[in-house]
Amino acid sequence: MSQLTRKEIEKLASLSRLNLTEEELVLMTEKLNAIFGYLDVIGSVNVDGVTPMSHVHGAINVLREDVAQPSMPNEELLKIAPDTSGRFIRTPLVIEG
Amino acid sequence: MTNSSHHSPKSAVLTPSMLSIADSLRRGEFSCQELCRKLLADVEKSKSLNAFLECDPARVLAEAENVDRELKGASKNATDKPLLGVPIGVKDMILTKGIKTTAASKILQNFIPPYDATVIEKLKGAGALVFGKTNLDEFAMGASNEYSAFGVVRNPWNHEMVPGGSSGGSAAVVAAGLCPAALGTDTGGSIRQPAAFTSTVGLKPTYGRVSRYGVVAFASSLDQVGVFTRNVADCAAISQVLFGKDERDATSVDNPVPDLSAELGRDIKGLRVGIPKEYFIAGLDAQVKEAVQAALSILEKQGAKLVEISLPHTELAVATYYIIAPAEASSNLARYDGVRYGTRSAKAGTLEELYSRTRGEGFGLEPKRRILIGSYVLSAGSYDAYYLKAQKCRTLVAKDFTEAFANSCDVIASPTAPTTAFKIGEKSDDPVAMYLNDVFTIPVNLAGLPGISIPCGFSSNRLPIGLQLIGKPFDEAQVLRVASAFESATDWHKQRPPGYQDFGMIGCGRDA
Repeated sequence: MSQLTRKEIEKLASLSRLNLTEEELVLMTEKLNAIFGYLDVIGSVNVDGVTPMSHVHGAINVLREDVAQPSMPNEELLKIAPDTSGRFIRTPLVIEG
Repeated sequence: MTNSSHHSPKSAVLTPSMLSIADSLRRGEFSCQELCRKLLADVEKSKSLNAFLECDPARVLAEAENVDRELKGASKNATDKPLLGVPIGVKDMILTKGIKTTAASKILQNFIPPYDATVIEKLKGAGALVFGKTNLDEFAMGASNEYSAFGVVRNPWNHEMVPGGSSGGSAAVVAAGLCPAALGTDTGGSIRQPAAFTSTVGLKPTYGRVSRYGVVAFASSLDQVGVFTRNVADCAAISQVLFGKDERDATSVDNPVPDLSAELGRDIKGLRVGIPKEYFIAGLDAQVKEAVQAALSILEKQGAKLVEISLPHTELAVATYYIIAPAEASSNLARYDGVRYGTRSAKAGTLEELYSRTRGEGFGLEPKRRILIGSYVLSAGSYDAYYLKAQKCRTLVAKDFTEAFANSCDVIASPTAPTTAFKIGEKSDDPVAMYLNDVFTIPVNLAGLPGISIPCGFSSNRLPIGLQLIGKPFDEAQVLRVASAFESATDWHKQRPPGYQDFGMIGCGRDA
């Protein structure tokens, strides 16, 4: 793999909604390239015809009866929210209008 | 091959086991409050371990008082609550109703869960009490506990050394005698490697064996909850409480759970133990190798048949894991956005800033690193070369085990980790060196198999060494049977770290 540039790391961080300090950007650029250097071990392996494995037991859909069940009380959940207003969680403006 | 008699102990110190504590409580030899007061005093004396993130004497003693009331009315050999009064350490990755749960991250530093994880419900149902929440690498990402936002845990055997990770706090409290058992989670070795580093018993069950409802998610195709204890019988007893299908975790599997203690003490004559030649490689510490080979001879003397096996794709496992686990982590950690729970940045003006500043301020370096790796390997330009390729390599690694079990062996034995505990600071700046410490444990998670680490010796500088036993899917009973056979012929598990010899000792002096 070619080296990841600082600009690419900035792009990834932005896509991941992750603010990085200048110091972290420098560090990440260095360490991520070292890590990807190691991960390239799998590059040369021949995997023609091998089925990708996403789950150990091969389960696909786990269904249950559509039965209504009690959910957690609103008040309990509002208690752990960082900012609330009445029975709502408050955030900055979501849709510009 | 030499045996390890040159550092065998003159006298093993007796430590009450989890089961003997439960028994003593039922017989009224001491009360749960007396027990907890002793443990709390020991916690106070061992603050420098930094193993607990929460251990509140008032809460613990109030719960102990309730237990004592219940004990008065309980029958002397009650089996409906087998763990009545047993204090358990809980990795702070597992939600405990009303008790702060942080995943050792600043982003959850004030999070008090409104509900219990299923494993906590089950422990409480069996009568156990949550003694404290244990330190870990942030979001269970690490192999040394140095990546905790709340400071490194020290290894009770040598305070300059790491306890392993990510469940380092749970390993340390069991090794030091502060709790007879503790819960951990294992995604790439996070129970077994710290168990090896602290001379404790650590079991990672089969993927799907234990519910993960209420457990902070790291890499969902790999994560599994398991236990630390000081001996194999305790491990079987507490696992019996935890195992089983949970409707609230769709990945938990509805396979029958056998009586895990039934196989303990059964001989292992004729059992085929596979020794993977790829695990005895350059990079394996000479003393670890010697101790593991001595352990294998013991199994052989007990009648097991040692067979060399090959797991040819072993060398792909670590790279495969460090693509799949970060990919899943980047998705799982997307939920920490400062909106519904957890911390929120005070500096945010717009919603976009709220997300990125909350996450920038809240996550430590290792979660950030893994989020970036994950986002990269899942991005359109690299998905095929990394993520899809890693999923195919995972198939190859898993197939190695399937074939070994189908053709050659009943159980597999190996070192748990390539080295003994390393010095604090030694690898913390070198992620690749840190990742390679999981080389023998990661393949087991990729294949979803049960694995245990049990004490099998010490290095010349008195650091513990672990033997890993790997079983067929859902065959924890076989793994425990071999572990208990080995344990019955050795006394490694009875040794205590210097300075902690009387920790957890109360009333009874029965053998662990």
